Amino acid sequence: MSRGGSTLLPVLVVTLAIILLWYAGAAALNLAWERSVAQRAGTSPSLIAMLGNTMNQERPVLPAPHQVLHEIAETTIHKKITSKRSLVYHAGITLSSSLLGFALGTLLGILLAVAIVYNQALNKSLLPWIIASQTIPILAIAPMIIVVLNAVGVQGLLPKAFISMYLSFFPVAVGMVKGLNSPESSYLDLMRTYNASRIQTFFKLRLPTSLPYLFTSMKVAVAISLVGAIVAELPTGAVAGLGARLLAGSYYGQTVQIWSALVVASVLAALLVVLIGWLGDWVNRRMGLLRE
Amino acid sequence: MTVADTVIDIERLSLTFPSSDGDVLALQDIDLTIRRGDFVSFIGPSGCGKTTLLRVIADLERATAGTILVNGITPKQARLARAYGYVFQAAALYPWRTIAGNVALPLEIMGLKGEAVRSRVGKNLELVNLAGFENKYPWQLSGGMQQRASIARALAVEPDLLLMDEPFGALDEIVRDHLNEQLLQLWAKTHKTVVFVTHSIPEAVYLSSRIVVMSPRPGRIHDIIDSDLPRERDLSIRETQAFLQLAHRIRAGLRAGHSYDELA
Amino acid sequence: MSKPGESMTYRHPGTPARRFTYRPMERVLLPGASAFAIGGVLLHASPWFGLGLALAAFVAMWLLTQSRLSAALITGYVSAGAAWYLVAQADQPELVTAGFWCHVIAAWLLAWACVEQLAAIATQSRLYQWILGVLIPVLFGVWLLILWELVTRGLEVPQVLLPSPSQIAQRFTSSTHILWADFRQTFLKAVLIGYTIGCATGFVVAILIDRSPFLQRGLLPIGNLVSALPIVGVAPIMVMWFGFDWPSKAAVVIIMTFFPMLVNTVAGLGAAQAMQHDLMKTYAASYWQSLFKLRIPEAMPFIFNALKINSTLAMIGAIVAEFFGTPTVGMGFRISTEVGRMNVDMVWAEIAVAAMAGSLFYGAIALLERVVTFWHPSVRSS
Repeated sequence: MSRGGSTLLPVLVVTLAIILLWYAGAAALNLAWERSVAQRAGTSPSLIAMLGNTMNQERPVLPAPHQVLHEIAETTIHKKITSKRSLVYHAGITLSSSLLGFALGTLLGILLAVAIVYNQALNKSLLPWIIASQTIPILAIAPMIIVVLNAVGVQGLLPKAFISMYLSFFPVAVGMVKGLNSPESSYLDLMRTYNASRIQTFFKLRLPTSLPYLFTSMKVAVAISLVGAIVAELPTGAVAGLGARLLAGSYYGQTVQIWSALVVASVLAALLVVLIGWLGDWVNRRMGLLRE
Repeated sequence: MTVADTVIDIERLSLTFPSSDGDVLALQDIDLTIRRGDFVSFIGPSGCGKTTLLRVIADLERATAGTILVNGITPKQARLARAYGYVFQAAALYPWRTIAGNVALPLEIMGLKGEAVRSRVGKNLELVNLAGFENKYPWQLSGGMQQRASIARALAVEPDLLLMDEPFGALDEIVRDHLNEQLLQLWAKTHKTVVFVTHSIPEAVYLSSRIVVMSPRPGRIHDIIDSDLPRERDLSIRETQAFLQLAHRIRAGLRAGHSYDELA
Repeated sequence: MSKPGESMTYRHPGTPARRFTYRPMERVLLPGASAFAIGGVLLHASPWFGLGLALAAFVAMWLLTQSRLSAALITGYVSAGAAWYLVAQADQPELVTAGFWCHVIAAWLLAWACVEQLAAIATQSRLYQWILGVLIPVLFGVWLLILWELVTRGLEVPQVLLPSPSQIAQRFTSSTHILWADFRQTFLKAVLIGYTIGCATGFVVAILIDRSPFLQRGLLPIGNLVSALPIVGVAPIMVMWFGFDWPSKAAVVIIMTFFPMLVNTVAGLGAAQAMQHDLMKTYAASYWQSLFKLRIPEAMPFIFNALKINSTLAMIGAIVAEFFGTPTVGMGFRISTEVGRMNVDMVWAEIAVAAMAGSLFYGAIALLERVVTFWHPSVRSS
């Protein structure tokens, strides 16, 4: 009995239901506008005609799914990638800063976790702060970092990557500390009976057992680093990136543009998470930690 | 033997489980009658269907062929009438309830309230020698005490029939001997009918008035042995000749069923 | 109660005393501290102060061989006194020389040595363990603030870049009324209301789909996926739909908290073992009886997991949503406007409020979790 087969149909049905609900919502929310247009024009079109119009408004309260898809197709396939109106261009800018930040944050998180695991003082003094900082909304610092770095002359990719970095650093550090400490005491005792050095114990025992934890926290980290990059594009009135598209859309009431930016951001996040998930499964399987 | 004396009546009962590599015949042509007041053990190796047979009696599994009556009614009717108490391999006590709260659980589900619950909880905890532990949580007690609490919980619904599925299998032998003694005393005091699943030969001989020897693939009854040991017995009986003869007969029966070759 | 020192070092009377060896960090920190202290004197900083620091480091080296606690105490006291002296000096530019920075490093190394000693103390007493567990991170945090204060003052870092902790504290105390109004708007209205509705809806929907395995199989993967999406992005849409005031922020919070609660509750309701289900079946328990008596208690650790995740998400959602438009009050609004005006100290004060609110919110839920799921192994063991 394959797991894929048993979830595919339900997922498809639920997705279909969501799309239908979306259409129904679009019709219901956009109808008021059609009514007021008809009233101002002094005409009284049939309900069917008005419902038909709700699907293709210029600035709908809730754009219908096909409008969003059309907008995405228009701004991806039919525009040159270098064009300022291309969503691929904007997505690329957001993606590059979030990936850079994610890579740096993961590296920093791993290094710090190793230091914490091997130094009692750091374990007792720094780790409580790292754990506590997960409970506070650190994303709120994003605008300040952008502006401050801007004032020192650091612009473009780096400030955004910096925000993605510190957002992704926390979950990786916490997860890796847990992972490096995860070998059972009998395994550690075994290494002691071999008189293994700390470095041998690290590479032969602690690091391999920590890998599942690493990939779990990397999934969290990659998702949050994308959020960080998008939010980082809000404060300075950035001209490029998915966050900038969201902000510009909200200034000019371009709902279709907001929704298409949102959908692209979601697809990007889903792809990144699934990719890390696959990578994690592959590594875990190679290590024999995950069986079919 | 009158009909009223028959607690469980099984005729030509079979059960097949569907599985990915074809149907598995878990029970084949079981014929068994259990009389009121009997202590019956099902013994056999893993996969012989002894637990499955107990679960059929409890209506936790459905037979695919044959008939089975519990107290003259179907197992489902008997379950809905709360005609039996069931003791699992693990104590399966709720960690968020005290010992008293756990014993009270089936009573609450039956809709009893107040004093009726309290008195039954007290009485049954006393029966298993756990008086004074009412307000402890399960995780504060030893494994043996937890299993005694789960027996008290099974007795709380005041059933005539007690179904026990390897209740002491997870305990060490010293605790197990002790609980076996207590279980016999309990049986003598309450005159319940007990159906007991085990894979320990000494346990089966020591406890039972009848022993059902089962063999695997397909699960079937190989032999039914009536014990001639006196009802009043203590652990020293295990050194007697009568005891060793019974044990020998069971061991021979298990071997004849090719059970040892096929232990998976 | 015995003296702390006695209960912390215990040697079996029969065994001979082991020869003392310094641990690696001790070989670096204390000699380093004395080297920098003397270096500071050579670079014309206060000689008495520098020699005092160096002396303290040497004394600590010797004390270490006797008792960790006394070494920790002397390094702690001396570094605290040194910090106080250095902070007072940092405002006078003529005193902030290379020697001054040498002394800062020496004092900091002493403090680090203090933390090393405290962390190395092995004690059986629960009380001492608890005290050390609080004291060590607090010491670390305080020293971070001291270094921050020294660097911003000593190097005269422009306030626009990084205000000193004392400036932030000053701004905090002088604008409590603004901070309170922002807190009320963002936390008491948007966060709490949105969090309550979002979590409750997620829980109720999980119960509703509980009887349909088909819906569960369909919704679980989607719910898991949605939890990873940048949902904050719906903020501009919610602002368009529900206006500038708090309801639009609460709406963002509802959407963000709904899915984690849904997914966790569904997982939790499926957490009971088959044996527990069989037990309820032998009692002929109804669906609702086994739901309330078995499955919801069993799901509580999962539900609290969602409640904790959601407390952080709710704060993030409400603050970020305010970047897209608010009435002239609210934590996110204050952060984005004061950043624009280069009033960075006010931003930091607001961030301090957000940090406190976030950790207290989380702490309150974690406390409630300990009370409700007292029976769970993870709570019992700690």
